[in-house]
Amino acid sequence: MRFMPHTDSDIASMLEVIGAHDIEDLIAHVPAALRATAAIALAPGRIEAEVAAELSTLAAQNRGAAGFANFLGAGYYRHFVPAAVRAVTARAEFATSYTPYQAEASQGTTQAIFEFQTLVCQLTAMEVTNASMYDGASAAAEAVLMARRILPGRRVVALSRALWPDYRATIRTYLSALAGLEIVELPFDPATGATRLSAIEQAATADLLCTVTGYPNGFGVIEPLGAIAATTHRAGALAISATAEGIALGLLKPPGDLGADIAVGEGQSFGLPLQFGGPGLGFMSARLAHLRQMPGRLVGQTSDHDGRRAFCLTLATREQHIRRERATSNICTNHSLCALAATVYLSLLGRLGLRELAERNVELAHQAASILAARGIHRQFDGSFFNEFAVSVSNPAAALEAAERQGVLAGVALRPDYPELAHAILISVTEMNSSGEIGRLADALAEVR
Amino acid sequence: MSSVEKAPRIEVDPAPAIEKDVDESPQMGVPLIFELSSSGRRGADVARVAGAKRGAEILGAELCREDLAGFPELSEPQVLRHFLRLSQLNFAQALQFYPLGSCTMKYNPVVNDELASLPGFAALHPLTPAHLAQGALAVMADMEAALAEITGMDAVSLHPAAGAQGELAGLLVARAYHLKRGERRHKVIIPDTAHGTNPASSALAGFEVAVARSNKRGFMEAAEVRRLVTDDTAAMMVTNPNTLGIFEPEIRAIAHALHARGALLYLDGANMNALLGVAKPGHMGADIVQLNLHKTFSTPHGGGGPGAGPIGVKRPLEPFLPMPRIVKHADGWAFDDQRPDSIGRLRSFHGNFGMIVRAFAYILALGGDGLARAGRLAILNANYVRKRMESRFPAASAEPSMHECVLSHDLERRADVSTLDIAKRLLDFGIHPPTIYFPLVVPGALMIEPTETESREILDSFVAAMERIYDEALSDPAMVKSAPHTLALSRVDEVEAARHPILRWTPKPP
Repeated sequence: MRFMPHTDSDIASMLEVIGAHDIEDLIAHVPAALRATAAIALAPGRIEAEVAAELSTLAAQNRGAAGFANFLGAGYYRHFVPAAVRAVTARAEFATSYTPYQAEASQGTTQAIFEFQTLVCQLTAMEVTNASMYDGASAAAEAVLMARRILPGRRVVALSRALWPDYRATIRTYLSALAGLEIVELPFDPATGATRLSAIEQAATADLLCTVTGYPNGFGVIEPLGAIAATTHRAGALAISATAEGIALGLLKPPGDLGADIAVGEGQSFGLPLQFGGPGLGFMSARLAHLRQMPGRLVGQTSDHDGRRAFCLTLATREQHIRRERATSNICTNHSLCALAATVYLSLLGRLGLRELAERNVELAHQAASILAARGIHRQFDGSFFNEFAVSVSNPAAALEAAERQGVLAGVALRPDYPELAHAILISVTEMNSSGEIGRLADALAEVR
Repeated sequence: MSSVEKAPRIEVDPAPAIEKDVDESPQMGVPLIFELSSSGRRGADVARVAGAKRGAEILGAELCREDLAGFPELSEPQVLRHFLRLSQLNFAQALQFYPLGSCTMKYNPVVNDELASLPGFAALHPLTPAHLAQGALAVMADMEAALAEITGMDAVSLHPAAGAQGELAGLLVARAYHLKRGERRHKVIIPDTAHGTNPASSALAGFEVAVARSNKRGFMEAAEVRRLVTDDTAAMMVTNPNTLGIFEPEIRAIAHALHARGALLYLDGANMNALLGVAKPGHMGADIVQLNLHKTFSTPHGGGGPGAGPIGVKRPLEPFLPMPRIVKHADGWAFDDQRPDSIGRLRSFHGNFGMIVRAFAYILALGGDGLARAGRLAILNANYVRKRMESRFPAASAEPSMHECVLSHDLERRADVSTLDIAKRLLDFGIHPPTIYFPLVVPGALMIEPTETESREILDSFVAAMERIYDEALSDPAMVKSAPHTLALSRVDEVEAARHPILRWTPKPP
């Protein structure tokens, strides 16, 4: 087998050193009944060409990956990935290393994470960022758990109903086993698509632990995060913002400047392939005051014994391998290579490019919305939006199917998660969509509206 | 000191090359990306929209931020060079022997990265209608079936993002199972040799932890489990082989003891590499098993992820698995998220699909026979290292080793040389150190997992390096205690990092 170097004579000589006759002798202590039934009934091994052919055939069956004018978003976004990103992440020095426990042999990884932490702090206008989480949804759940450690004794977790359904569901699962917490849902304003401030005011009691709102939210609407945070703070609670479309932070006021206490989100837009939804990249930023309650790995700057700048994992006393059941989280492996991709991507786009890209997304999405409106397909909500918006059609399922027949993946029906939005389709427009594609989208939807 | 021989080293240029835009101070190493920045540079182009109003004008100043102050400004080649330079400061499995115990740093087949990057997989949006994503769903369904066969479990979920999230999923499944039967059980039993994630996940799943003591020989006795298990025990988490690299000889009696009180056996599959074709968790009596695709199934560790942490369960627990599940309809594969008993979701979408593709390709490449051979060769390699090391670094337990061995040493006592010192000196020989100080029950532990993809020659050079370090610790302890000597950096001051945390770059005041 090509991945294993052992020749028969290697095996014989190694067994001789060990003092065994056969490899089976080395596992003779495993109960015989277990060994007897351990054979793996899978097809025999294949040569590389066969494996490649098999996987290529399966990949080709994913007809939705190419050939459509694609407007799918809803938490995962189509963006161009410069080749330099993959040129770095494909490097075996990064890809085949592990968690940088040995700092001296891991300066590439630790410095890149330190740069990642800095970039995310700059994007969110927060003081500290960890080395990454799994994805935006699990980062949001960890943020609520973090809030609970900061404000023990408070019991109400208020989730905006306009927060991404996957994020809400994930938070519910993470909290499902913990005693004494109650989840309430903050309704959205059916006109604007933004979270109702009056609902936050009602929830803002001494019991309130935190509010969690999307920024932009699950309808693509830019929430009034400043007002939400201020109302949350009046109850002494913590405001958590969750951003699924990271590119938005290149243009929108950063959560830190608007008063968010914890800013989490999904970094997939920063140079990661869609990859059918994973791996993504969770990011989490917070105020320095809450550093000790933060989950996950952190990289810090220090020096070596000769005074040279160095980076290493730090503040590990929060973590599971030291604190065990009293750790801030059970997270161990995170999404380091995805954080590296984001670091390269953001470095490439840089100060000018990221803002330009964000502006371009706004321009295209608004252009698309007005073209659709001109064809009689109107937005579901009138709140400000970034690069995603909901429109109303009489029969979303039929409209999406008809559009698909025209070669257009027009978006995502909101109905399964929002029965009250039975006519809404969520449409995402990015720099990957040409004006020709937008025209085809309008044609396809206009036909069946 | 004159007799110091520098060991083979990775090619790192400690002094920055002479180049105008690189800080040449040897104190600086590779500058931070922010320090290389120069106003007005850009490293990527953004397509323009003809005739459109600017995005900031559309949204209005109210909603928009000021400048992204401090963000990097570099050209594409500058960015590339920066990160490639950083890459040269890493040890990595592809470059060095990396016997990190319990991490299974085996070769990551490069073809698998290529296959995961096929446009049909890489450019597939997670919300693509199922009939346009049949290949991806087929990969997931086939992968579930393969993992069920390998582990002897009845149903598998690929949903969790990592081993620790798999643990949480598994424990929430246990909780949901008991609740469905009308029982609220509060306790989880965890051996003293367990990984820290086990108790941390238990706490997150709402359980109190009862610690079971392993015996002097390094394994768990069923008698200890019988002593601890009560009608309030939801599950026991057992890593098998345990973190001493020992197959738990009483595992089936442990399962019986738990089942007799209605508790479940949760098998932590962190060490599944030892079990491939040797023993199936399902046959040991496990009700739940969690796997790490980035360990046993060869997906790259990525400097700390992404991984993937599937869980397998026995039939009675299947209704509680995370959503969505993959189901077969008359017209093909589909996702099912209408599962009233499910614990729900722990993340967005369907799983770390990119890692699933890689691991699936690995399983196809090895096949049932190849996987069984991998497990056996991993065990051979660990036993070989153990045997060859025994005069200087004896095994912590006399029990037979599986895929890894835990060794100890007397250098702390004899020469005031610590396990950490040994680890750092090993770097000078171009070898990544084993896992150290774990498991906690072995003082100064060195936990060595060579994996099946390393040759006898590599193992011999590792043994030779360790022997040299041992002898050097006695003859010239300062050399070991001040290691490493051949890398771009000397010993990193981790205490200082924690004492005065600097967690981000900030611009120097003008």
